[in-house]
Amino acid sequence: MAETETLKRTPLYDVHVAHGGKMVPFAGYEMPVQFEGVKPEHLWTREHAGLFDVSHMGPCFLFLKDGLGQAGAHEKIAALMERLVPSNIAILKPGQGRLSVLLNEQGGILDDLIITRMPGEGLDGMLYIVVNGAVKQQDWAHIERELGDAAALQKADDRILMALQGPKAEAVLSERFPEATELKFMRCAYLQRGDEKIMLSRSGYTGEDGFELLLPNNDYGLGIVDSLLADERVKPIGLGARDSLRLEAGLCLYGHDMDTNRDPVEADLGWVIQKSRRERADFPGAERILKAFADGPAEKRVGIQPLERAPAREGTEIQVNGESVGIITSGGFGPSVEKPIAMGYVRADLAAPGTKIDLMVRGKARPAEVCDLPFVQPNYKR
Amino acid sequence: MSTYFTEDHEWITVDGDVGTIGITKYAAEQLGDVVFVEVPESGASFGKGDDMAVVESVKAASDVYAPVGGEITEGNGDLADAPETVNEDPEGKGWFCKMKLSDKGDLDGLMDADAYKTFCEGL
Repeated sequence: MAETETLKRTPLYDVHVAHGGKMVPFAGYEMPVQFEGVKPEHLWTREHAGLFDVSHMGPCFLFLKDGLGQAGAHEKIAALMERLVPSNIAILKPGQGRLSVLLNEQGGILDDLIITRMPGEGLDGMLYIVVNGAVKQQDWAHIERELGDAAALQKADDRILMALQGPKAEAVLSERFPEATELKFMRCAYLQRGDEKIMLSRSGYTGEDGFELLLPNNDYGLGIVDSLLADERVKPIGLGARDSLRLEAGLCLYGHDMDTNRDPVEADLGWVIQKSRRERADFPGAERILKAFADGPAEKRVGIQPLERAPAREGTEIQVNGESVGIITSGGFGPSVEKPIAMGYVRADLAAPGTKIDLMVRGKARPAEVCDLPFVQPNYKR
Repeated sequence: MSTYFTEDHEWITVDGDVGTIGITKYAAEQLGDVVFVEVPESGASFGKGDDMAVVESVKAASDVYAPVGGEITEGNGDLADAPETVNEDPEGKGWFCKMKLSDKGDLDGLMDADAYKTFCEGL
């Protein structure tokens, strides 16, 4: 039971408490839901730089048991990973990452994840993978069960994983890591400082430019976090603002906006399946997924703009003319757009932007319309 | 006029047999920025402890309970367009509704300002 389960703490627990974080249970960890408040933290991140503790997530390294660093090693580890995901991993350049989905045999989404080819000589044949915290144990068990004969999985969730997001992130971070300036969106550098090893990637979950860092859980790593937080351009940001930022950016939250009952096409993540993989049709659930591409899915994930002030939360029924046509999977208030915003699934014939729908909020039909995602334009450095 | 408080952080100021109801400063601070308020309509009746109104922050929706039983005589229509009033003046302009009490005995067991202050300090 959740109540009796012992909650874990990330390496930054004491840092959160020292900064006044209000701690709540999340994905098996005690995590800060907010510091000064969701709205000010959200707006700060869009204007300056916000520091997020994401150490509860599942960073790991997957590497060939034999032939690491040898010619053809990347192609070998990519071929293994491509058994589990529908994206083209072989084509990744050193240091390049991409979003993909872990699929079950029915084509349902087990998780979304970022898969990065390790940069640098000698590391061909190794992938850096970050999965979601809430499902990391089952993801890792799945990967080890399917690929364990040829590849080894090294979990890195005992380290510090943090994100620095916002328009000031590059200026702040490049004072400590000049390499940050050179990176483009979804590119990763593997840095060494003395004996310390750091994974630095230009990615995030806010729609802003920003970085994610995997740091050692020691005085060096904690020192980096402390020095970033001491910078007047940086504030610590809790889970509440993390959620409102990603919703404005139109980004999915696993277990809410998609799960094993949804395939990538209905989740509007068909773009993670590159053409070469569609042609080869060699990924789990390919039959269902290719059929959804060809015929169109029965339902589709869309953006939803409530037309009144009442937010519509997750689980809100969507109706047209009194008939149930879908459900909200994420919904709340967007502090930057200063309006309620949501996303959810509707019948495919109602998925066009501008389609009028009703949201059944506490028994009352509230007018809304289907809209494009995202709600705010991303500021990625491509 | 006297003001009473509940353990769920509602306040009610009673004048004769009509009470004005809202949420406390403590509650408003805990919620953070209020983005939407749904107040009850005139004529609606509630028993003590019933869900009477909803207040939504960026984070979540929270129910507001009727501190006493009675019939609503007025909802604060100004909150529809200015929900932030609940943060700015929770125990004044940010009131939710006025209610004609059905039984002033419902006030027994509610806290006065001093008792409520002590209650909040213990949270």
